[in-house]
Amino acid sequence: MATEQPKDTSSVHGTSELIEILKENDKSKVHINSSIEIKALFFARARDLTGLSKTSIEMPEGSTAGDCMSKLLTKFPNLEEISNSMILALSEKYALESTVLKNTDELAIIPPISGG
Amino acid sequence: MAAAAEEDLIEIVEAPIEVRRYVDHVRDPAAGAIATFEGTTRDTFEGRRVVELRYEAYVPMALRRLRAACADARAAWSLRRVAVAHRLGVVPVGEASVLVAASAAHRADALEACRFLIDEVKASVPVWKKEVYEDGEVWKENAEFIHARMSTTTTTTSAAAAAAAAQDKRSCCCGAKVKVEEGKEEAHHSNGAGLEGGLEGSDPDRPL
Repeated sequence: MATEQPKDTSSVHGTSELIEILKENDKSKVHINSSIEIKALFFARARDLTGLSKTSIEMPEGSTAGDCMSKLLTKFPNLEEISNSMILALSEKYALESTVLKNTDELAIIPPISGG
Repeated sequence: MAAAAEEDLIEIVEAPIEVRRYVDHVRDPAAGAIATFEGTTRDTFEGRRVVELRYEAYVPMALRRLRAACADARAAWSLRRVAVAHRLGVVPVGEASVLVAASAAHRADALEACRFLIDEVKASVPVWKKEVYEDGEVWKENAEFIHARMSTTTTTTSAAAAAAAAQDKRSCCCGAKVKVEEGKEEAHHSNGAGLEGGLEGSDPDRPL
C-alpha cells in the first residue's frame, strides 16, 4: 500500500530527527530551568488599571518580587498610578520587594486596602 | 479552659451577616462579657449620597490575616472565644460589612480585643471597598493601611525592614493593650506590626 512506503521511510529518517528533537528539548530544558513562571494577581484598582484579574509572567531565575513588579509596570504602564501606594504579597503573605521568587509563585498586587 | 484558637469562627461571606450566629459562637458560661463591633454602610461621605458599598477580597490571604489577628488578640488579652465575619459583594446602606465578637471573663478584655480586631481588619486584611455614589464611584483607602505601609517602606534594606518588623511586633505584643486604651494615633503602630508581621513569610507565632 502507498501508505506503508512513506511510513517506513519516515521511521528511518525519524531516528535522526528524533535525536535532533531530543537535542532541542535538552536545550529548551536548560532554557526552562533558567526562567520561572509567576502568576500575578490584580485586585480592586489594580484590576481596573490592567483590565485583568490575573496574568502569567515569565521571569529569569533569581528575580525578586520587585523585579517582577518592574516588569509588570512595563507591561501595564497604567499601574504606575498605584506604584507608590501598593504593597506586594507573595503566596498569600506580605512580602518585601527583595524577596526572591520561586517558580509558580503567586504575586499579588495589593492596592491600598479598605476593608471594614 | 478558654476555647482554643482553632475554634475561632472566621468567615468571609457573600450574604448578609447573621449577627446572632457569631454572637452565639462566642457565648460561653465562663464569660462575663461579650463585646461586638459591627461596621455598617453609611448613607453619606463628605456630603455625597452613598448608594452602596461593593466589597471584594483576596480571600485565602484575608482568611490567613484574620486568623493571625485573632491569634494576636488572644496573646494580648485574656479571651474566651472570638468570631470575625466580613461580607463581600454589594452591602446596601444600613447593613453590616464586618462583624467582630469577643467574649472574656471581664469586659475590659472583650472590649479592647474587639477594638484591636477591627483595627487589624482595617490595616492588614486584603479587602477592598468601592463606594458607589449617585454620581460616581471610588475605591476607598484605609488610613490604617497607609500608616502601616509607610512604616514598612521607609526602611532602606530588607534586613533593616525585618529588624523593624521584629521590633514593632515585640512592641505590639507588650504595648497594644495600652495603645488601644489610649485610643490615640499610636494605636496605628500596632496595626503596622500586624502588616509587617507577615512580611517575612515564616512567622512561627502565627498559626498560618
